[in-house]
Amino acid sequence: MKTPRWNPYLVGALIGLLSVLTFSLANKPLGMSTGLAQAAGACAVPFLGAEGVAQNTYWAKSAIPAWDYSTLFLVGTMLGAFLSAVLGGAFQFTVDSSVWRARFGTSKPKRLIAAFVGGFLALYGARLADGCTSGHGISGCLQLAVSGWLFFIVMFASGILTARLLYGRSTQA
Amino acid sequence: MALPLAFLTGPELLGAAVLFGALFGFLLHRGGLTDFDVIVRLFQFRDFTVLKVMLTAIAVGGVGIALLHGQDLAQFHIKPLNLLAVGLGAAIFGVGMVLYGYCPGTGLAALATGRMDALAGLGGMLVGGIAYALSFDWVAANVLPVGAYGKLRLPELLGLPDWVCYTGLVAMALGIFALVAKAEKKANLR
Repeated sequence: MKTPRWNPYLVGALIGLLSVLTFSLANKPLGMSTGLAQAAGACAVPFLGAEGVAQNTYWAKSAIPAWDYSTLFLVGTMLGAFLSAVLGGAFQFTVDSSVWRARFGTSKPKRLIAAFVGGFLALYGARLADGCTSGHGISGCLQLAVSGWLFFIVMFASGILTARLLYGRSTQA
Repeated sequence: MALPLAFLTGPELLGAAVLFGALFGFLLHRGGLTDFDVIVRLFQFRDFTVLKVMLTAIAVGGVGIALLHGQDLAQFHIKPLNLLAVGLGAAIFGVGMVLYGYCPGTGLAALATGRMDALAGLGGMLVGGIAYALSFDWVAANVLPVGAYGKLRLPELLGLPDWVCYTGLVAMALGIFALVAKAEKKANLR
């Protein structure tokens, strides 16, 4: 399960250099949640109809569902992580994680429901803020955007509070 | 403004998207950022991997892009500062990230390594994206305009030149890394 991990400072520096490449060669910042909002639009077609999605102000203005740079970047991200896991012998179907198990036990439905709700809040919040950990947290902060730093600080504070409420003041493990 | 290095267009740009994404996903996994425990322990001050990666990426990428920007080789893409929307969105995002155990990017990457909770979270994210689009008209009328300051950067806010802010950024990152190293040493001694 455990692939040898690279030094976090090295990984950070490489992600920094990767954003230098995307800014200069493609004129694009790193970002994730716009592509996910576009994918959400594609998934909404069966329920709202193609017309309904096309006429929605948000999808029409900011996240037209299409195979474009943002959505293909997501495909690439999954490919890269898959390659890394397979090459490192780390690919494994699982829902287990020790922090969760220690607090909430081994019930799979419980974990999956929490992940679904968490994912819902994460993307709703990211769209409301107009960016996530990559779009605001990395790309915004590195351009010294005030919006990026505000997002980073509030996200961090909210995460600390939530972790305290969910897991208590635990120091073991 | 024409960017001399930005030669990627059309199909090349789409191919580059997959390639850049793949590098990003590979790095996320090798860095341990696709691990639920690593993400949640950040918020308990028990694992600083995410902070180290993010701050290094911000410092290295920030200085690199500032240098290119100075030579007209890169453009800034500043997201507007809408105080209420960014603040509220980030607060909701923080709750979601701890419950999910990933952020949107690391969640997709984790799913590609076989994490099935990340798949459930992807379902949640897609429904969340639909919910946002459906609520957008109301949000645009009532939330986005509150405290809208436009595309504001720290150098303008603080009235300082860019190079001072970037020097401060690097100094802050190094200071935080020193603090983290101290905290890790202390935790290991316990």
